[in-house]
Amino acid sequence: MESRLQVATALHRITFRCAIGTPNVSEVLPVKLASRRMIAVISVAALVASACSSNATPAPSSGGGGAQTAIEVVSWWTTGGEASGFNAIIDKFNADNPTLKVTNSAIAGGAGSNAQAALQNRVLAGTPPDSFQVHMGHELLDTYVTPGYMDNLDDLYAANGWTTQFPKGVLDIVSAKDAAGTTHYYSVPLDIHRANVIWYNKTVFTANNLTAPTTWDQFFTVADALKAKGITPLAVGDNGIWANGMLLESILIGALGADGYNGLWTGKTDWAGANVTAALTTYQKVLTYVNTDHSSLSWDQAADYLIPASAGAQPKAAMTLMGDWAAGEFDNKKFADYGWVAAPGNDKIYDALADSFGLPSKATNKDGIKKFLTLLGSAAGQDLFNPYKGSIPANSTAGAPPTGAKQYSTYQTWAMAEWKADAIVPSVEHGAAAAPKWKGAFEAAVTVFVATPDVATLQTSLVQACKDAGVCK
Amino acid sequence: MRLTRDRVISLLVIAPSILAVAVFVYGLIIWTGYISTVKWDTLRPDYTPVGLGNYASIFANNRFLIDIRNTVVFTICFIAASLTIGLLLANMIDRRIRGEGIFRSIIVFPMAVSFIVTGVVWKWILSPGQDAAHPQGINQLFGLDPTRNRWLTDAHVVYIGPDSPVYQVLHSIGLGFLTSPNIGVPIAMLSIVLAAVWQMSGFVMILYLAGLRAIPEDLKEAARVDGASEFRIFRHVVFPLLTPITLSAMIILGHISLKIYDLTVAMSMSGPGFATDTPALFMWQTTFRDGLFGRGAAVAIIMLALVAIVVVPYLIWNRRQEVEA
Repeated sequence: MESRLQVATALHRITFRCAIGTPNVSEVLPVKLASRRMIAVISVAALVASACSSNATPAPSSGGGGAQTAIEVVSWWTTGGEASGFNAIIDKFNADNPTLKVTNSAIAGGAGSNAQAALQNRVLAGTPPDSFQVHMGHELLDTYVTPGYMDNLDDLYAANGWTTQFPKGVLDIVSAKDAAGTTHYYSVPLDIHRANVIWYNKTVFTANNLTAPTTWDQFFTVADALKAKGITPLAVGDNGIWANGMLLESILIGALGADGYNGLWTGKTDWAGANVTAALTTYQKVLTYVNTDHSSLSWDQAADYLIPASAGAQPKAAMTLMGDWAAGEFDNKKFADYGWVAAPGNDKIYDALADSFGLPSKATNKDGIKKFLTLLGSAAGQDLFNPYKGSIPANSTAGAPPTGAKQYSTYQTWAMAEWKADAIVPSVEHGAAAAPKWKGAFEAAVTVFVATPDVATLQTSLVQACKDAGVCK
Repeated sequence: MRLTRDRVISLLVIAPSILAVAVFVYGLIIWTGYISTVKWDTLRPDYTPVGLGNYASIFANNRFLIDIRNTVVFTICFIAASLTIGLLLANMIDRRIRGEGIFRSIIVFPMAVSFIVTGVVWKWILSPGQDAAHPQGINQLFGLDPTRNRWLTDAHVVYIGPDSPVYQVLHSIGLGFLTSPNIGVPIAMLSIVLAAVWQMSGFVMILYLAGLRAIPEDLKEAARVDGASEFRIFRHVVFPLLTPITLSAMIILGHISLKIYDLTVAMSMSGPGFATDTPALFMWQTTFRDGLFGRGAAVAIIMLALVAIVVVPYLIWNRRQEVEA
C-alpha cells in the first residue's frame, strides 16, 4: 500500500512538472547520490551545449568558384510554383555573378504570417537579412520605412529607368514622400496579383443558361437562379477573415470607383457617406448567398467547392471571389473548367497587390543586394519568375519570356492586357492600401459584421477605424 | 547551513539553471511589464512612459472583453467536462476489467497528439457543410441540417437579452450589466471545448486512476463492514481522498485553458464575431500584425496575472502539504 501511494504521488508530481515545464527526475525517483551527480553534470552539459549551438547568421559559404560573398534574402515562398520561380531567379543570379551567392532563407507560412514575426525580431535586433519579401505599400511603409529601418532605392529606379517602366499606379504604392515633400522609392515589386476576380464553373453557367455577372444586380439574379437549383452561389473561405474583407473591398471599389476607393485610404472620401452605406447594404445582401461553413474554411477549400467530385457531377458552389492565385489552385487540382471575370462593378479597375523586396539600412552587403534587386526589377527577371507564380510582371516592358522558358498562361495573358488598360488601386487586405493597424481594425469590423450583419454598426466602426489611423478627422 | 563540500557542489551545479531561469523567465517578465507601460507602437522602440494607458485602451476594446468572456466560458466548460469524464472513465477502468491495458492506452492516446492535429481533425468533424442539402462531418453522420446546427461556425451568443423574463428584473435592481452579450456563452466555443475535452480527459483519467489505486483497500473494507452502500463509500470515503488529484488536475487544465492558442488557431481563428477568439491570439495580432508592442505586452501581463491567480495558491498549498509531510 505504502509503495502504491508513493508511486501515485510521484506520478502526480511528474505530470504536474511536465505540464509546467521543468521535469525534475532526480527528485521524484529514488536515485543514489552518485547517479544524481551524474544527472546534474549531464544537464549542465546539455544546457551549455544548447546555449552554444544557436547561431542565427549563416556564415559566408565558399563554393567551388573561389571566395563568394553571401547575400541573404528572406521570403515565405517555400513550396509549389512560387518557390520554383524564385529559385530560377536565384540560380540565374548566382550563375551570372560567380563572386556572389544569394541564399533564400525561406520561412514557411501563408501570406507571410510566420515570416513577419521572425523578420521583425531580426530588424529590431539590428541584424536584418540583406533583403526580404514584403507586400508593397503600407505594410512595407508603415512597418519598416516610417520607423527608419529602410534605405530608399531612388538610384536603382533612376539607373534602370524603372520610373517609366513601372506603371504610375505601382509607383504611387511603392513610394512615400519625406518631410521635405520629395518622393522616394522603397521597394522593387517582383509580381502583381489581382484581388478582385470572380471565378466560376463554366459548365454550371452554360447548363443553367447563365452568364457571369458584371454588376451586383446581375449577381443577385444569377445567385437566385443558382440557389433555386440547389447550388451555393458564392463560396467563401474566411477562416482568418481576410477573404471576407476582400469581398467588402471589391464591393467598395465597385460602388465608389477607382478614385472614390483610393480616397477612402487618403481621407478624401467620406466613410460615413451615402455611397459607402449603399455598398455596405450590398455587402450585407451578398453574405446571404454564401456557404454556411465559410468561417471554418480556408480560401483554397472554398475554391475547391467549384470543382465537381467527379466529371459531370454538380459542384458544391458556382462562384468564388478570390485573387488570381486561385488559378494556380485550380491548375494544381487538374480542374480546367473554370472561367473568370472582374468582380461585379470592378471592370477596368485592377485591385493590385505585390510581393516586393526592399533594402534594410543595416544590410551587410548593399552592393551585392542592389545587383540582385536590379535583376528582380528587370524584364528578364520578372519573366523568369511570374510564369511559375501565376502572377503578372510589374515591369511593363516584361511579358515575353524567351523561347524555351516557361510561358504565361491564358489567364495571365488576359490579366496583362487588363493591367495595361486598367486603373490600378491598392488592396487593403494585402497590405497595400492602409497601415497594418488600420487593416486590423478593418478586419475586426468585418469579423463582427459576419456574426451580426448590421450596416450602421459596420459603418460606425469603419469611420472610427479611419479616425484611429490618423487619416480622418 | 554549514557549507559542506556536498552543498558547494550542489550550489554550483544548479547555478546555471537558476541564472537561466532568472534571466529568461523572470527577467523577461519584468521587461514585458515595463514595455506594457510605454508607448512603443511601431517597430521602432519608443520608451515614452504612458502609465496605464495601454491597459486602458485594451479594456476599452470590445474584442478584449469578448476574449475574456471566451476564456472564462472555455475554462469552466473544459475543466468541468474533463474532470467529470476523466473520473467516470477512471472508475470504469478501476473495475479490473479484462484487457484494462488496452482500454487505458486507447483512452490516453489522444493526449499524445498535438493540439494542432486535434484542431484540424475536429475542424473537419465540426464543419457544418455548405447548405441545408449538403451536410458534412457530424451533421452528415446524424442527418442534421447545417443551417441550424452550425457548430464551429455558429455566431450565436446565449445571453440574457431583452426577450428574457429576468431582463427587466436585473435592470431594475441595478444588475443591468449582466444582460450584455459579453456575459454570455458563445456557442462556437463549445465546439472548441469538445475537441479539448477529447484530448485531455484521458490524461485526467490517468491521474484519477493513480489516485484510486492509491486508496488503501482496508478503508473501503471498513466502510463495507459498517454497512455502507457502494455509492456512499465512493461519496464519503473515496471522493474525499481524491481531492489532491482533483486540485492538481484543475490547475493543469486551468493553465492550459487560460493560454489556449494553437487549438483555436487550427480550428477557427477568431471565429465569426470573435466567437472563438482568445487573449493569446489577440496579443499576437496586436503585437506582430498591428505593431502595437506596448499594448501587446499589456495583454501578456494580464494573461500572466490570470494564470497566477490560478497557479500561485496551488503552489502555496502544495508547499504546505510537503512541509507537513
